[in-house]
This record gives sequence, C-alpha cells and structure tokens, in this order.
Amino acid sequence: MNKQRELILAFESSCDETSVAVIEDGHKILSNVVATQINSHKRFGGVVPEVASRHHIEQVTLCLEDALNEAGVDYADLSAVAVTYGPGLVGALLVGVSAAKVVAFAHNLPLIPVNHMAGHIYAARFVKPLVFPALALLVSGGHTELVYLSAPNSYEIIGETRDDAAGEAYDKIGRVLGINYPAGKEIDQMAHLGKDVFNFPRAMINENNFDFSFSGLKSAFINTVHHADQVGEKLDHKNLAASFQQSVVDVLAQKMVNALKKYPVKQLILAGGVAANSGLRERIEHELKTFDDVSLLMAPLKLCGDNAAMIGAAGYVAWKAGVQADMSLNADPSLEFSWIG
Amino acid sequence: MKVLAIDTSNQPLSVALLEDEQLLTTTTTNINKNHSVTLMPLIEGLFKQTKWKPQDIDRIVVAQGPGSYTGLRIGITTAKTFACTLNKELVGVSSLEVLAETLANVEDYLIVPLFDARRNNVFAGGYQSKNGKLVQIIADQHIELERLCELLRGHAKVIFVGKDCTSFKKQLLEKLDSKKISFAAQNFAYPQAYVLGLIGEKNAAVEINSFVPHYLRLTQAETQWLKNHRETDHEPYVEKI
Ligand SMILES: [Zn+2]
Repeated sequence: MNKQRELILAFESSCDETSVAVIEDGHKILSNVVATQINSHKRFGGVVPEVASRHHIEQVTLCLEDALNEAGVDYADLSAVAVTYGPGLVGALLVGVSAAKVVAFAHNLPLIPVNHMAGHIYAARFVKPLVFPALALLVSGGHTELVYLSAPNSYEIIGETRDDAAGEAYDKIGRVLGINYPAGKEIDQMAHLGKDVFNFPRAMINENNFDFSFSGLKSAFINTVHHADQVGEKLDHKNLAASFQQSVVDVLAQKMVNALKKYPVKQLILAGGVAANSGLRERIEHELKTFDDVSLLMAPLKLCGDNAAMIGAAGYVAWKAGVQADMSLNADPSLEFSWIG
Repeated sequence: MKVLAIDTSNQPLSVALLEDEQLLTTTTTNINKNHSVTLMPLIEGLFKQTKWKPQDIDRIVVAQGPGSYTGLRIGITTAKTFACTLNKELVGVSSLEVLAETLANVEDYLIVPLFDARRNNVFAGGYQSKNGKLVQIIADQHIELERLCELLRGHAKVIFVGKDCTSFKKQLLEKLDSKKISFAAQNFAYPQAYVLGLIGEKNAAVEINSFVPHYLRLTQAETQWLKNHRETDHEPYVEKI
C-alpha cells in the first residue's frame, strides 16, 4: 500500500457563492471553503450579477488560501486544478476561471474544465460511488433537468425546464408571500404545516416528454393571491405553500417515474439546491419503492447548494477521462450537456 | 526586479515582462476579442520568450481601473491570483495614469486621459507633469462630459489622451476654448504595459486579498438601494459558511 494520493484543487463561482476546495482521490473532502453572498443579494430580492461578480473578486484569493490551509497541503501536493466554466453568470464565472488558470499555469498543473451541473450530480459521490447507468434529477435555482449517465463522465439531457427553474419559482412566489430571498427552505417548512387545497396546475405532467414548465404554476399562484387581495379575502399561507409545493413535487416525481420507465438505470441521483427540499426527498423515496433495481443516491444536504467540493469530485472523473483545457479556457454562461440521441 | 505587467482595463490588451526598468518583451493587441480567451495564452507566450518561470517574477503590476468591468475583473483576478499563489508583490496603477504617463515630459499642460463610459459619460482624471513626474490634479472619476468640461475651463492648456478622445473631439472643441485644448497623437492612444510596469516598479506593494478594481461607480442596484437605506444598514455581505 503505497498509493500516491491524488489531490484536486477546485474553484466554483458560477452564481453567488465563492468556493475553493481540496479533494482527495475524487471523493474525500480535505477542505471546502464557501463564502456566500446571500446577505448582499437579499437587499435586491435576488442575485444581481454585477454585484455578485464584484464580491467574487473580494473573496477568491481568501478562499484559495483558506482551502489550502484547512486541507494542510501545499501547491506541490496538488495533481490538478478543476474549475466551473459554465453554466452561470458570466462575470461571476470569469473570476473562478481566471484564478484557476493562473494557479494551473503558475504551478504547471493540468486544468480541468467542469460543467456546474456535473458538479451538482457528483455532490452525491461524497455519499457513495455512482453506479452506471444512472439517472440524475437536478433541481436548483437556475436549472431543472433530467440527465442520463451511461458511464463515468457521460451526461445526456433527457428533459429540462422550458421556462423557470423550480428553485426560481420558489423565490418568485416567496416574494408574493413576503418571504426573504432565498425562499425555498421557509416554503418547504410552511408546506409541511398546510394542505393542498388550491390544486394549482401540474404543467406538462401528462405530456409524452421529460420537460418541465413552472411559469404557469407561478402565474396561477400569483393570480390566486392577487384575486383574494382584491376581494379582501385572507388566504392561509401554509395552504398556499403546501399547494404550490405539491404541484412542483408531483410534476418532478411523475416525470422522473416516466424517465425511469423509458431509461432503465441502476441508480437515481437527486441533486441541486432544491434537492435539499424535504417534501421532494420524501416523495422520491416513496416513488422508488416500485423500482426494485434502482438505488437512490441523494447528495448530502450541506453539499446541495453551490460548492467547490462537488466541482472537485466531477473534475476528478473528467480528469481521469482525459479532459483538459488550455490557457484559452473561457467562461460559457449557457453551457449545456448534449441531448440524448 | 522582475515584473509582470497586465492591462486589460479596456478593449486594448497589453502585457509585458520587465527587469529593472528594461523591457524584455511585450504584446499589445486591439482586436475586439474576449480578454478571458486572450490574456493567459499571451502571458504564457511572454514567459516562453524570456525562458522565465512564473516563480522568477518579483512583482505583478496591474491596471486597476477605471475601465470595462469585465476587463478589469479578468486582469485583476489574474494579477491577484498570481501574487497570492506565488507569494509575490502586487501593485495596482490607475488605468488613466498609464495613458497620462506617456506625456510625462509635456510641461505646462493639464493631461487629461479619458475612456468612454457611454451615454456621454467618461472616466477621466487630470495629471500635471512636474520635473518629469506626474502629479494628480483631478481625481480619476466617472463624470458627465459636460461636468468634466466645467472642471477643465479654468486651466490654461489641456491635452486629451486616449483612443476614445476621437469620439468626443467635436464636443470638446465646442464646449471648451478650442485654442486652449489639444489632443495627443494616436501613437499615445493605447495603454502600454511597459509604461504600466515602469510606474508600478516605483510604487509600494499592496495587500493582496483585499485588492479590488477601481470601478469608480456603484452598480445600479446598489445606487437604488442606497436611496432608501444607509450603508451601515446590513449584515456582512459575504459570510463563510
Ligand atoms: Zn448550482
């Protein structure tokens, strides 16, 4: 037993978290420093891209130093540098990409470009190894998609949202209920105390595809609240939250079940910021009872949000698959996996 | 002292390696291409030409703004990460001073470098040469062209420098006394990283982690927020979790 450990230094800056991590052999977190800007964006009720980009510059080298110190490693110990290059806010992504390129150049390390969504999927790798083929249900503030993984480092979209992401819908209806950004956690808690009495629409639920739509639900919700306001009626916020969440969860669960029928897999991975939602977790666990051969792998709660550890885990797999970028690597704000053939 | 100098603050991009005030190699481009794609390959090229290793550098000098927000972000993140990861010195220099410096032996003139900041606004400052050294007379700022002209009316001789001057030339000649103002030749219009490096060699090094661009302008969202809030009315904007 004299195996050299392989250390990846990873950067993540696609939205409102600056994060740098050191990951050993693709699945062990030596450090995962996350600086969140939530308090700043709360002022504006959502992430302001230019403000986010400015905070990233303030944080990036601090996070880098802390990540190395906490991991107790030096640059000479590193094997590669991984970085999120998309999707995300372009100005925010550029900070991580610029920093990662310099570290790779200065210490002559391979540079590994990582798709942020692959990162979210690989957050689950810190629980246990992925088993292929696998299906990932990715639900976050910016994305809602079903991804098929035939083998390591292979990602194919089988369905995605056509308008708002699920997490985005949570924030928008949160504003109507007077809940501070980000609203997901509080709505989840309220939903558990209420009942689905409003029966909001379940968009596209019976359609023969794996796509989602949440803007109709959002509008129905807002119209219901506004109408009640106009006639001076007071609606129960807990029931509103429960009805909204039930609609979201029903659609996500149904599309996932349809996908599992068409694409038999060994593992279902639940990932992304909204994967921390307890209503969604419970429902997915329940649905999977009818799929004997499919095991459930959920990203750890604390790694559901954006962080560099997950980028290190996905970066490790990409690196082993021979993926490498040169010094011209650019941020790609609308980076997407390819669609399944 | 071995210096890497980087200016990505506007469309022209300039990088240089210097040693003790001597230029070793430099590249300046004015191709409208993404600095994120161009910058590091150019720096990589400079090191290949000089056979220097990144560790050989003593100091990184960067144009700190004002300028394009995206351009500044790329240059400054690159510079501060260089300094941080190799434990080297970092110096920031005004992007406007870099333009003014090329006219440092023009005495008796107020040197006014300017960048277009859109909607008839400019980023500009005022510098004066005293014994071959530049002294700042008007602070770098984001300002309406009209207001800048007011600031300049009291000065006997003004020379404008920068490639964006061309687009304001007509207005400036109308608004100011045309006999008092002149425009630097085109060969001074582009920032040169060699000049940046020379200025930066003389300045004191700064703390790396807190180094940020001089945007000289709040974001619109922050300006709006400050209309109804005080700057102190908030929790720390960024927190480690
Ligand atoms: Zn994310």
